[in-house]
Amino acid sequence: MSRNSYEPVIGLEVHVHLKTKTKIFCSCPNRFGDEPNTNVCPVCLALPGSLPVLNRHALELATLAALALSGNISSRMKFDRKNYFYPDLPKNYQISQFDMPLSIGGGVKLSNGRTIALTRIHMEEDAGKLLHTAENLDESEYTRVDLNRAGAPLIEIVSEPEIKTPDDAHEYLTNLKQILEYCGVSDCNMEEGSLRCDANISIRPIGETKLGVKVEVKNMNSFKAVRDALRHEIDRQIEAVNAGKKIVQETRLWDAGLGTTRSMRGKEESHDYRYFPDPDLVVFTLEKDFIESIRKKLPEMPKERSKRFELDYGLTQRDAGILTQHRDLADYFDEAVKLYSVGAKAIANWMLTELLRVIPEGESYSSKIKPKDFVELIKLIDEGTISGKIAKEIFSVMASTGKAPRDIVASQGLTQISDESSIEKICREVMTENPNPVEQFRAGKKNSIGFLVGAVMKKTSGKANPQLVNKIFGRLLNE
Amino acid sequence: MNPYNNGEHVCSPLRFLLKGISAGDFSSQEVIDHYKSRIEKFNQKLGAFLFLNPSDSFEDGSLKGIPIGLKDNLVTKDMPTTCASKILKGYIPPYDAHVVSRLRSSGAWFPGKLNMDEFAMGSSNEYSAFSPVRNPWNLDCVPGGSSGGSAASVAAGLVPAALGSDTGGSIRQPASFCGVTGLKPTYGRVSRYGLIAFASSLDQIGTFTRTAEDAALLLSIISGHDQKDSTSANVDLPDFSAQLTGNIKGLKIGLPKEYFSTGLSDEVESAVKKAVTDLEKEGAVVEEVSLPHSKYAVAVYYLVATAEASSNLARFDGMRYGLRVEDGALIPTYEKTRGTGFGAEVKRRIMLGTYALSAGYYDAFYKKALQVRTLIQRDFISAFEKFDIIAAPTTPTTAFKLGENLSDPLTMYLQDIYTISANLAGLPAISIPCGFSKENLPIGLQMIGKPFAESEILKAADAYQRITDWHLRRPREFDE
Repeated sequence: MSRNSYEPVIGLEVHVHLKTKTKIFCSCPNRFGDEPNTNVCPVCLALPGSLPVLNRHALELATLAALALSGNISSRMKFDRKNYFYPDLPKNYQISQFDMPLSIGGGVKLSNGRTIALTRIHMEEDAGKLLHTAENLDESEYTRVDLNRAGAPLIEIVSEPEIKTPDDAHEYLTNLKQILEYCGVSDCNMEEGSLRCDANISIRPIGETKLGVKVEVKNMNSFKAVRDALRHEIDRQIEAVNAGKKIVQETRLWDAGLGTTRSMRGKEESHDYRYFPDPDLVVFTLEKDFIESIRKKLPEMPKERSKRFELDYGLTQRDAGILTQHRDLADYFDEAVKLYSVGAKAIANWMLTELLRVIPEGESYSSKIKPKDFVELIKLIDEGTISGKIAKEIFSVMASTGKAPRDIVASQGLTQISDESSIEKICREVMTENPNPVEQFRAGKKNSIGFLVGAVMKKTSGKANPQLVNKIFGRLLNE
Repeated sequence: MNPYNNGEHVCSPLRFLLKGISAGDFSSQEVIDHYKSRIEKFNQKLGAFLFLNPSDSFEDGSLKGIPIGLKDNLVTKDMPTTCASKILKGYIPPYDAHVVSRLRSSGAWFPGKLNMDEFAMGSSNEYSAFSPVRNPWNLDCVPGGSSGGSAASVAAGLVPAALGSDTGGSIRQPASFCGVTGLKPTYGRVSRYGLIAFASSLDQIGTFTRTAEDAALLLSIISGHDQKDSTSANVDLPDFSAQLTGNIKGLKIGLPKEYFSTGLSDEVESAVKKAVTDLEKEGAVVEEVSLPHSKYAVAVYYLVATAEASSNLARFDGMRYGLRVEDGALIPTYEKTRGTGFGAEVKRRIMLGTYALSAGYYDAFYKKALQVRTLIQRDFISAFEKFDIIAAPTTPTTAFKLGENLSDPLTMYLQDIYTISANLAGLPAISIPCGFSKENLPIGLQMIGKPFAESEILKAADAYQRITDWHLRRPREFDE
């Protein structure tokens, strides 16, 4: 059969680190990049006798994420043990949720109008990090274990197998990340491992309703890698089927360097995790009041916010879209506009050109330039105190020093010269110094005024109000 | 100073020692020295201690340096904690169990760590990886288990009191065999933080003392809500000692008919019935009650407890602490470490539990066991609608000989037949001496109370000890 007579069926499992101060079952810092094995205690080291206690903040963030994704929150919370031996798992079981996840259902909207439904969202703890001397544990002479990450709080978001293309998978991830970032639930940084994604993929002839044999693909460390791996895997599966081979249920690893997947383990090697309720953590009820108090913390979501920016401030769809891509940028805009609503369009323009230019990605916008100062700069332009050109210079100083624009203007004498008599005086000087262009103008070569205006700007270090200079020259030259 | 013959009828060593130190009759150091010399003299014969504390130091506090023995599954930051297992030989934890820090800050002195069945799995203390413990009343007999060291050391007067843990009877059965008072509080009354887990939903730390009066005193120190244990109950803490009025008029006692049937020795049956009659004379009202699901308790227990244990003991893998037997790659190292480090009974239970949780067997075994556990709990709920206390034998027989049951794990498991239900239902229960067999071995009376009603069973036990002297008897071998 031809390539086009198959359709892929994709489901994604996304693990997201919750942005809590401490780990999910102990009070160790939930922080990365520290000296290995320093953020550890008897609980996350699984020392004999230690016991887990659920971190309330982790539960709150997980609930917030589930509500933001329109999940139905379970009224009963239960944790289970997933049993398997591995050196990154100190207890040799992972505390997770098996048959009673935090949330069931919900979904993520795509731009084509489809919604990818979620199967479930559950909470669990992360494992530690293994540092191999070779590619993997079996081939390593030795492997070092860093348990700083052991016990970091995670949510796992499982989609239904209803993603139809690698591009849709990419968009699903992008939108999911945006929603979670907006809620302040997670940084969702795939490179740093705060978001991880595994994919389940199968193919079937178009029209077939039964699912094909699925393959799990792991080891993708960017959204692009997910898309590439899925494209490759679809090709591989179609080729295999066309060659008369059977797809086997297995786990495959994506190799970004080679651009291929390779088999990691087959179904028969898969674990029996022997899930059972963790007797160390009591089953408890999530009270309606608790859920409602979390619901109140839901922020305005990017799509609604973008619409509002268009309607209330007359921004273009494109500009509103960029401004709402990250929550802190949108917050910045809202705060600035609150201070100076008539300047909304100018604020948006300046943010999209200058602010995004001077603030590196990932850094906080307001830490460098406070919205209050940003608005003041726009006002200085609108009042005619400074020219747009000077404003750009001031903006760079603001970004590097954090000073308020009025202070910079004052200290560097950058105030625009808008006093007609002072400008006229300088204009007359320039006319005396440059008789030729004056002659040319009077002989009818009108554009020679440009040279004269430029000379005034040079003399005033760009501080002369250009409109006034033009106006005055118009008068003087026609005298 | 003789804490065991001080002229008072109830004769509670803890209270006697506290009073004596306060009055200046003797000093804390004299008390410590007294017990140290007894340990030195008798421990070898008994095998109760696995480790002796080289230091005499103790913190300021109400216990004034009085020695309290600790079962070796309670983690201590200054002494090895091994669970009597080779896999933890020499392991010194970096922290104190909640109960240990409570006792430490209350001024207790810890003479050392007490022997037990490996990982608290056993009913005879013969499964200790290091040495068996002997019954002070007959050195050929077992002290019971798993808290055999705790029971024997209190019975022989090597410590005035000790802590143990009870998962299916591990406090009450050895208390019964050794003729001391053993209290298993309500599940959740005492924090399990720092108790090396056997079966998390059943484990509970409790006390070994000579009397109910001393048990109340010790319980008040170790119990209470602890944020580090999610299963620790945030409930009011009564003044346990103040409840010991001796007045049990109108106390309604139920005798479960299922506990007085086949397998129960005649001597134990008549001693327990006599004890109940004595309580009746003090004003208690005694009637028969039925706990119809009792017959499933042992089966349920050996599924639930082993399933939890199979997971709890997974952390002993040689990667971070304890024994490590290297054998090339990871999996062989896991296998060699655990194969060498665990004893036969521990392995048996890990395998049973792993099986019970396996795909395809979970519903038939583990899930079914949880359902029946609920039925057993309901039996008690309905019994307690009518009764304040359930009274029963603690064990079917008196202490058996060392080696007698070793070849037959099932017979050994039946040792717990009367004690297991209280763990499955999370109820407080106590065992107190109520007689002796013709071979001069102690017999225990068990009393089970409503959730968090330790006061009730302590009051009944204390009332009984005011009118009897079984608890005052002491094994001759250990006289000075």
